[in-house]
Parts: sequence; structure tokens; C-alpha cells
Amino acid sequence: MSAGDAPQRLRRNLLAGLGALLLGGCDALSRSEWFPKILRVGENLNRRVQHAVTGRRSMAQEFTERDLSPSFRSNGTANPADAGYQALARDGFTGWQLQVDGLVQQPTAFSMQQLRSMASRVQITRHDCVEGWSAIGKWKGVPLADVLALVRPTEAARFVVFHCADPMDQLGTKYYESIDMEDAYHPQTILAYQLNDADLPIGNGAPLRVRIERQLGYKMAKYIMRLQLVDSFASIGGGRGGYWEDQGYDWYAGI
Amino acid sequence: MSEPAAHGYLYRRHALVVRVTHWVNAIALALLLMSGLQIFNAHPSLSWGKSSYSNRAPVFETGAAITADGRTIGITRIFNHSFDTTGVLGVSSDGGRRVAKGFPSWITIPSFPWLAMARHWHFFFAWLLVINGCVYLAFSFFSRHLTGDLLPTRPELRSIGRSILDHLRLRHPTGAAAARYNVLQKLAYLAVIFVLLPLMVLTGWAMSPRLDTLHPGWVDLIGGRQAARTVHFVVAWTLVLFVLVHVFEVLISGVWNNLRSMITGRYRLPAEDAFRGPP
Repeated sequence: MSAGDAPQRLRRNLLAGLGALLLGGCDALSRSEWFPKILRVGENLNRRVQHAVTGRRSMAQEFTERDLSPSFRSNGTANPADAGYQALARDGFTGWQLQVDGLVQQPTAFSMQQLRSMASRVQITRHDCVEGWSAIGKWKGVPLADVLALVRPTEAARFVVFHCADPMDQLGTKYYESIDMEDAYHPQTILAYQLNDADLPIGNGAPLRVRIERQLGYKMAKYIMRLQLVDSFASIGGGRGGYWEDQGYDWYAGI
Repeated sequence: MSEPAAHGYLYRRHALVVRVTHWVNAIALALLLMSGLQIFNAHPSLSWGKSSYSNRAPVFETGAAITADGRTIGITRIFNHSFDTTGVLGVSSDGGRRVAKGFPSWITIPSFPWLAMARHWHFFFAWLLVINGCVYLAFSFFSRHLTGDLLPTRPELRSIGRSILDHLRLRHPTGAAAARYNVLQKLAYLAVIFVLLPLMVLTGWAMSPRLDTLHPGWVDLIGGRQAARTVHFVVAWTLVLFVLVHVFEVLISGVWNNLRSMITGRYRLPAEDAFRGPP
């Protein structure tokens, strides 16, 4: 080793140390209470600006059969580990009902037969996962707006909360999500019971999942059991409006 | 930039707005790259087309594989070519343990898998980059920085061959010529400002399901949503390449002088070198 190596090694160690300090600093900031609150300004701007530049009823791109993904990826829960759900599944969901309540004038329970007898919408759309992948599928379902028209939300209703059958953790916390009334009444927001011309598979949310085509996949709750209209989701789960939101994900998932 | 009276003297090279926006840009880009790579790690695969699942193999992918003798190795696939990239891509060490992940912890924010947090960093600094870029563009336009300093003149464009040669020989302008950006420098900056950064923003928008609704189908002009993600990734690394060359040029053409000019604004003109002659 020549004498020149020492300063070089010192410099290299200094650089590595500086890098580790910066990275460690970023990790510490991420874990802090206050810094992520500042970062969330970005989410706020995303929501405000995206709403400002697109219309309330702007339509997501619809594709053709040629664009369909060969198989529609199942992500998150593939088969809910819940005895009640499994019992419903064994009977082909004949005993399943969609409960709609909360801030509505006419709380109603819908059977699958009732939902299927209502006017339906078919759409071939792209499902964008927060992870970065996407898949194109053909969905058939009843527009959420039509269901809401039957239960008549009160003036106070601001959000639709989806209560699902799939347990997400050891405690048995079941999946929940929420959207605002703008997305609830959007023409492409449907309660889907078919995927690619077949009954919705369990891996994709049987018997019913919601499609919210202008947001990311985690908003599109699967295994829906109940819709609840609320004026605030402060009392739902951890208070941020959804299972993943309570794990730190953005409530507005437009990007 | 006004013409200096004589060389060898300090003169004001960079306006305050240029200096401030330069450093904001540098910080935002670094954090965007690192948080972006953490986001990439959630799905370490790039495809071309309208969706990820379209009967076409990914164009780029990292993953882990187990060898016959039971070792976990990192594999990176580009088109049909696979490479063992253990330690860097696919499999790398994290706190002494070997873990399967796309990019290694030392280049991601946060350094461990945390997609939600990476997205918070990414969108915050994306907005900072865009607002900073708008301030810079407005200033550059109204102060004539754009037309006066960045647009190459016709004679400069004609001398581009010699400028390339000078750069390759690591020869830098001296005297009055050093007071201006050289032609390659101008073209590189213009490409970053008007091609690469706008492409980053555009392909970022193309990944947003809400912004897709601006005009249904516009994303297909880029090749589809997953193609936009691929372009976003490639352009990000093109920007890294630009920064590497940029920093290299700063280092070899008088690092303290250059740094001072980007901090205080003052730059000392290198004296004419009689032996090398004017560039």
C-alpha cells in the first residue's frame, strides 16, 4: 500500500459516510411525525389540480376485446380466510346480500338476483395498481348511481364506505374503502359481478367488487358485503378512509 | 450575461433566480430518482404497451433466482438477455442480510421497502420540481436568459464538430469565450429543459388514471400506460447520465470557480492560454 492510498481511502469513507448520513436522514424523516405531513401537500395538490383540470364526469379510456389481458391478475386477497365468506362461497353466493345503509332514506338489502336484474353497464377498462402494473379486463355490473337512486342518500351523505369480507391481518380487520359522491355517481363506477364474460372469480372479488376507473386498484374494494353512506369516515377503521389509507397510502388515488 | 471588460476578473455569471432554481432542481431530482426507484421496486418490471399483461414479455425485469447449489442470486433481464446482477439488482444486501429487491437500499428512499412513503416523497418533490421549473422558465423567458444565453447561434451550430473534439480532448474555452456557454453545453441544457424534463412530467401524468381521462386515448400516443412507465424510467436514467457528464465537466473545468459561480454568482474568467490558443 502506498502513502497515497490513505487520503483516497479517507475520501471514499467520507463519501460513503455522507451518503449513509443522508439516507439515514431520509429514513428518520420518513418515520417522524411531522415530515410526512409536509410531504402530503403533494397528495393534496394531486387531488385539487387533477379535479381542476378534469371534469366531474370525465371518462376513463375504454378498450376493445383485442386489448384484454390474457388473464386478469389477482392481487391482495386471493381467497378470504373467513368462515362466513367461505360458507357463502360454497353455496355459490346464493345466500349473499348487499346491505346498503347509513345516511340513506331507504336502507335496503339487495340479493345478487336483484342486482343482476337491474340495468347493467359493460366496460373494458385498465386497472392500474399502485405497485405499477396494470391489466385490462371486461367488467359487467350495475352502476352504483342506480343503487343509490333506490336507497336515496340524505343531504348529509358525503362518502360511500365499502365494507368487505376479506380479513387483512391477525386481528381479523376486514377490508374497507371509501369514495366521495362524485366518484360514486360517476357513470363508470359500477358494482361488478362479471369479469371477462364469466361470473366474477373469487380471486378478483366474488361475488361483487366495485370499479372506480379514475383511481388506483386499492380503491376498488373486492368481496363487498355492505355499503354505508357517511358524512365523515373519522369513525371508520383508523379514520383515514380505507384499510391501505390507514397504512399510510393516499385516500385520493388518482395517480 | 454581459460581456466582461477583461478576463481574469470576477464577474456576475449566474442570476439569483438561476442559482436558486438550479439547486432546488438538483435536490428535487435526486430525491425523485431515489423515491422513484423505491416505487419501481414494488413492481420491478417494465413493459411496452397498454397494460402489463398483453402476451408480450417485459422489456426489463429484475428478480431473484435460486441456483442449483442453493444460492440466491439476482437476475436482470433486458429484452431476451439475462445477467447475474447479484449485489446490485434483484438481490442485494440490506443490513448484512441478502434480500430480494429491485434496486439496492443505498439508492432508494426510504432505504427499505415502503411504497406509501416513497410515493409521498415522490409527489411532493415532483410538485416542487414543476413549480421550480415554471419559475425558471418564466425568468429565462422574460430576462432573455433563454434567447441570449441558451439558444445557440448559427456560427456556433456550424462549429459543433470542433466543440465535440474540444470536449473529447478535455479542452475548455478560456478568455472571453469562457464567459458564454459553449454550443454543446447549450444543446445539452436545452435538451434537459425542453425535452427530458417535460417528458418526465408527461409520462408521469400518463400513469395517472385520473389524468388519462383528459382525453381518452391520449396515453396511447406514448405507446400505452406501461410504455409511459418504461419511458419515465429510461428518461430518468438519461437525466442521471446528463448529471454525470455535467458534474464531470464542472470538476475538470475549475471546480471551485464553477461552484462559486453557482452559489454567489461570481465567476473568474480563466486567462487566455497562449500555448493552447483560443478554442
